Amino acid sequence: MSHIFSDASNETRAEVESSPVITGEEVPDSLTDEDVPWVVLVWNDPINLMSYVVFVLQKLFGYNSEKATQLMLDVHEKGRAVVSNGTREKAELDVFRLHEYGLWATMQKDS
Amino acid sequence: MFDRRFRAKRNGSIEINITDEERQLIADLVEQLRELVLSTSPEGSVDASIRRLYPTAYVDDPEHEHEYQRLMRDQLLERRLGHLDVVEATLQDRELTPETLTAWITSINDVRLVLGTHLDVSEDEEQTFAPSSDPDQQQRAIYQYLSHLLGELVEVASN
Repeated sequence: MSHIFSDASNETRAEVESSPVITGEEVPDSLTDEDVPWVVLVWNDPINLMSYVVFVLQKLFGYNSEKATQLMLDVHEKGRAVVSNGTREKAELDVFRLHEYGLWATMQKDS
Repeated sequence: MFDRRFRAKRNGSIEINITDEERQLIADLVEQLRELVLSTSPEGSVDASIRRLYPTAYVDDPEHEHEYQRLMRDQLLERRLGHLDVVEATLQDRELTPETLTAWITSINDVRLVLGTHLDVSEDEEQTFAPSSDPDQQQRAIYQYLSHLLGELVEVASN
């Protein structure tokens, strides 16, 4: 079969934004990394299936079906949701696990 | 009425009921995804489609972001390749274990992420049918098939 990821058309596609832009949310920077709790956010994207997002949140964080579904709906309707929090190390590990599953996850200091 | 492609058995394993054509298609896609992720250099410019596989972690912290990508990117690649290995090794099997099922799920989702980004799909993609003049018609058909397949895999994994 032909290469499925290659362009069938000749049109040049716009560059895909690889990170969401956050506006109007200044995070205070007066404390050091280790003092401030971090939050892990999952962002809405048009590719991941809703059932898949629920599955991943349950699998990675042990959330029950109700909680995982509510978080998924928040992501879907509000554009994002906080799915976990903790130290920077914990948040980073959570982000990594979410990235492993292809979810669009970021982390930032809790505001 | 079609039979379900995947069915959870009492002993925890998952029975696969897909055609040889489907197995061949998945084998082709997995192989192509492997080539694509291996062709990506860590720092260099890459196909925009594949950037979706390596999201930004720190949105407002370039220093930590650089560190994250430096430390995690290879690990992420390694995990991906590991999952693709599992799919290739079990592609002809009649049953999956819960562990191999997870590798199928993540690998098929990875293909969807790359293909969906490439096609610039929108949320209501499932309802739209591409006109026959669409040069991406084959890719869209495969994307929709994979969405369906993934939905079934997730359903059986969630029970």
